[in-house]
Amino acid sequence: MNSMDDSDVQVINVSRRAFLGAISAVGLVLVVGCSRRDTASADPPKYGADSMPHGWVDNPLAFVAIAADGTVTVVCHRSEMGQGVRTSLPMVVADELEADWRRVQVQQAPGDEQRFGNQDTDGSRSVRHFFAPMRRCGAAARTMLEQAAAAHWGVPSGEVTAVNHEVVHGPTNRRIGYGELAVAASHLKVPAGDTLRLKAPSQFRYIGKGEVRLVDGPDIVAGRGMYGIDTVLDDMLFAVVARPPVYGGKVGSYDAAAALKVPGVVKVVEIPGTPPPSEFQPLGGVAVIARNTWAAIQGRQALKITWQDGPNVVYDSKAYRATLEQAARTPGEVVRNQGDVPAAMARAARRIEAEYYIPHMAQTPMEPPAATARIVDGLCVIWTATQAPQATRDRVSKRLAMPSENVTVNVTLLGGGFGRKSKPDYVVEAALLSREMKGVPVKVTWTREDDVQHGYYHTVSVEHLEAGLDAAGKPVAWLHRSVAPSIRSIFGPDPRHEAPFERGMGLVNVPFGIANLRVENPAAEAHTRIGWYRSVSNIPHAFAIQSFVAELAAAAGRDPKDYLLELIGPAQRVDPRTMGDSWNYTESPERYPFDTGRLRRVIETVSREAGWGRKLPPGQGLGIAAHYSFVTYVAAVVQVAVSGKGELTIPRIDVALDCGPQVNPERVRTQIEGACVMGVSNALASEITFKAGRVEQSNFNDYQVARIDAAPREIRVHLIASDFDVPLGGVGEPGVPPIAPALCNAIFAATGKRIRQLPIRDQLAAHGSQPAANG
Amino acid sequence: MELDVNGQMRTFDAQPEMPLLWVLRDLLRMTGTKFGCGMALCGACTVHVDGQPVRSCITRVSTLAGKKVTTIEAMAEDSIGKRVQAAWLELGVPQCGYCQAGQIMSATSLIRQNPRPQDADIDKAMSGNICRCGTYPRIRAAIKRAADNAGSAG
Ligand code: FES
Ligand code: FES
Repeated sequence: MNSMDDSDVQVINVSRRAFLGAISAVGLVLVVGCSRRDTASADPPKYGADSMPHGWVDNPLAFVAIAADGTVTVVCHRSEMGQGVRTSLPMVVADELEADWRRVQVQQAPGDEQRFGNQDTDGSRSVRHFFAPMRRCGAAARTMLEQAAAAHWGVPSGEVTAVNHEVVHGPTNRRIGYGELAVAASHLKVPAGDTLRLKAPSQFRYIGKGEVRLVDGPDIVAGRGMYGIDTVLDDMLFAVVARPPVYGGKVGSYDAAAALKVPGVVKVVEIPGTPPPSEFQPLGGVAVIARNTWAAIQGRQALKITWQDGPNVVYDSKAYRATLEQAARTPGEVVRNQGDVPAAMARAARRIEAEYYIPHMAQTPMEPPAATARIVDGLCVIWTATQAPQATRDRVSKRLAMPSENVTVNVTLLGGGFGRKSKPDYVVEAALLSREMKGVPVKVTWTREDDVQHGYYHTVSVEHLEAGLDAAGKPVAWLHRSVAPSIRSIFGPDPRHEAPFERGMGLVNVPFGIANLRVENPAAEAHTRIGWYRSVSNIPHAFAIQSFVAELAAAAGRDPKDYLLELIGPAQRVDPRTMGDSWNYTESPERYPFDTGRLRRVIETVSREAGWGRKLPPGQGLGIAAHYSFVTYVAAVVQVAVSGKGELTIPRIDVALDCGPQVNPERVRTQIEGACVMGVSNALASEITFKAGRVEQSNFNDYQVARIDAAPREIRVHLIASDFDVPLGGVGEPGVPPIAPALCNAIFAATGKRIRQLPIRDQLAAHGSQPAANG
Repeated sequence: MELDVNGQMRTFDAQPEMPLLWVLRDLLRMTGTKFGCGMALCGACTVHVDGQPVRSCITRVSTLAGKKVTTIEAMAEDSIGKRVQAAWLELGVPQCGYCQAGQIMSATSLIRQNPRPQDADIDKAMSGNICRCGTYPRIRAAIKRAADNAGSAG
């Protein structure tokens, strides 16, 4: 998938070699020198793409090649994991380039942030951060083609225009194709970014239209899509690893005799572990290397290993929950405080209190982690599904003690990521094993059991909320204590508190006009690897807050939608820093204030579209929730039906989304549909628990995710239209957080049963069904 | 050992208990059939054996003598399979796409057995196929689309 036919590619800067290879030979210094912001002038704070490692690159030499036959190749430097980025970003380049999409090919960049800018495909920011650079990239290439055509005809460049893969001389109506211009254009200087003429949105061919089909679709449906697990090389070997069942544990001793007798097993070798905090390095263990994956799995079963568990053997989810609850009932570090909460609570007409529990979860992308490594002549080549190509390159080079330029990371399609594949521990394993086998290619495959039991888990949390209501049922005081181990614990000494980026995910930045408001974050210790999971800390924060608001509405005898809107109050643009959020998804607080008007609008839109308040049969209900995350505004209405036996079905979910302008509305819709299903999985079924430091689940039998029969039968996505001068919001993640609370609010409407603990699993069966008033 | 895969006799060396999945992927290097769980829980590895959908991860290769194995790589030559693939593209079903080979194999055999599947039929036939990206609503719609097209094409 990553290779191209060398013969017919004419790179815009003159080379007949394969495009990406050619650039490292001729274009690199230029690319870096002329495109990236000067990192030395560090004075003003950096936001958005500027704030990311290696920032952005908009140079067409890095991203665009045009062959003599006119074929345009656009490089995608972000990882494709189902969000459609290999379609959306090249489409942006093609649009500004005035390229005919049917003549555009997409090539995946290897890990190289010097050349391409930041590649960390996470945080819902690929299009948000690279829409503008990719537009400039396409416009610069278009300008070079126009200049080449003008020179060719000897006419002023103002008289020529690029139109649909050719340049036209208006006065004479002469035309010349991009393929014919490529060589001449390649000799020209790349125009400076501020001299470029970008299209007016009315001139867009593809951007905002949603008519471009997935570039990988035909390969995918034919079984030709190549994922990390699909790498095939001559003479390759296949490995699986037995890892310490407890985080921080290690191999005491092992006996490989039986494993080595399994036909096909070639070698058994110990991988040294990395004591916590183990960051992205392997957990260690015993690897079985074989002639095929099956033999490796059989060999691993035959290993006899004695583990030394280490201190995390105490980790027990039941006991830990009690620890979290205790912490949540005790004052802790204050992370936002306004007014006088204790005094207001004391004066309140009523006090309401609720506690919510959200468990660990595992990302379980359908493609489990897998990587192939080969080392030849001091050069290590990797093929893998990774969300973090540069981090992967850095970790491999560090672990192999090789200069980073000697490590190539080829990025395949990802069979899902959801945050798991931001952590390249599995790739380092492959590199170590290839080295162990004298450089022979080795593919490490994680079985599903490995994935479920040795992951980087979504945190576990207890969210404790208290509110004081006045006589009319309006909150006059709000106290929220959130207790959850932090992702930062994998990077250094356990901080035992949520990081600013975790608190900024809906904990401190609650958009409610409550005069007395206090948010605390008592300490919690991590006993396993905590990692990003699609939407991250927004999941527990939104679940607790949006459930609690509905509880308050019920206590006040009010409609939950009206109550939510009243709590948000009138439309205003709030500086996130005034809400204790200094992070703001790395975006500028001026460009990206918290706009409560936009939050109101998604709530109003979704309730109108979903027919909020409509009559439903007994046992059915509607629930609403809204949440701002990844600088995008989302509201959801979930319709549930609960049978007499407590069986739950979801006839319909409506979601309204305001992410600013939608570059590829079709893929925005699919991301929201997927987010609804993942939100339903989170709510209904998914839970990782620990006992004696070990994960108790192992595969999709006991770690459950939504299947088609449990999925919402119908999902309606309502996109808020927006001008292209509005800054872009994220799309991949913000759909998830409101789903679980909207679902539980719907269950309350249908049955009167309030869910405060996820997953719901059989909580409704225990309750039986006493249908309450309709939602 | 010999096996009829997509109409071709393929020869390889394998332990009789090796699951078909690993024969396909590692020995024959046909990677279209995916590994997702190894325990018949996710459907990613679905292939057809004599036209019936089976989970190749738990199907020992020794049980397949004299049978015909069909994989995703041959679906374009299957009259229903190709309509399913086309419907998948028309409705933009795939996200990451990893589960979709298995989904298409299951959907194709569903439509072959039941040319007009209703929602309950789809739930039943497809609930063994997990899609973590959550493409289920589009899978449902695409199955109906493919079934319509298959029907109208006679
Ligand atoms: S891999 Fe066979 S059903 Fe999951
Ligand atoms: S499309 Fe990603 S798992 Fe189904």
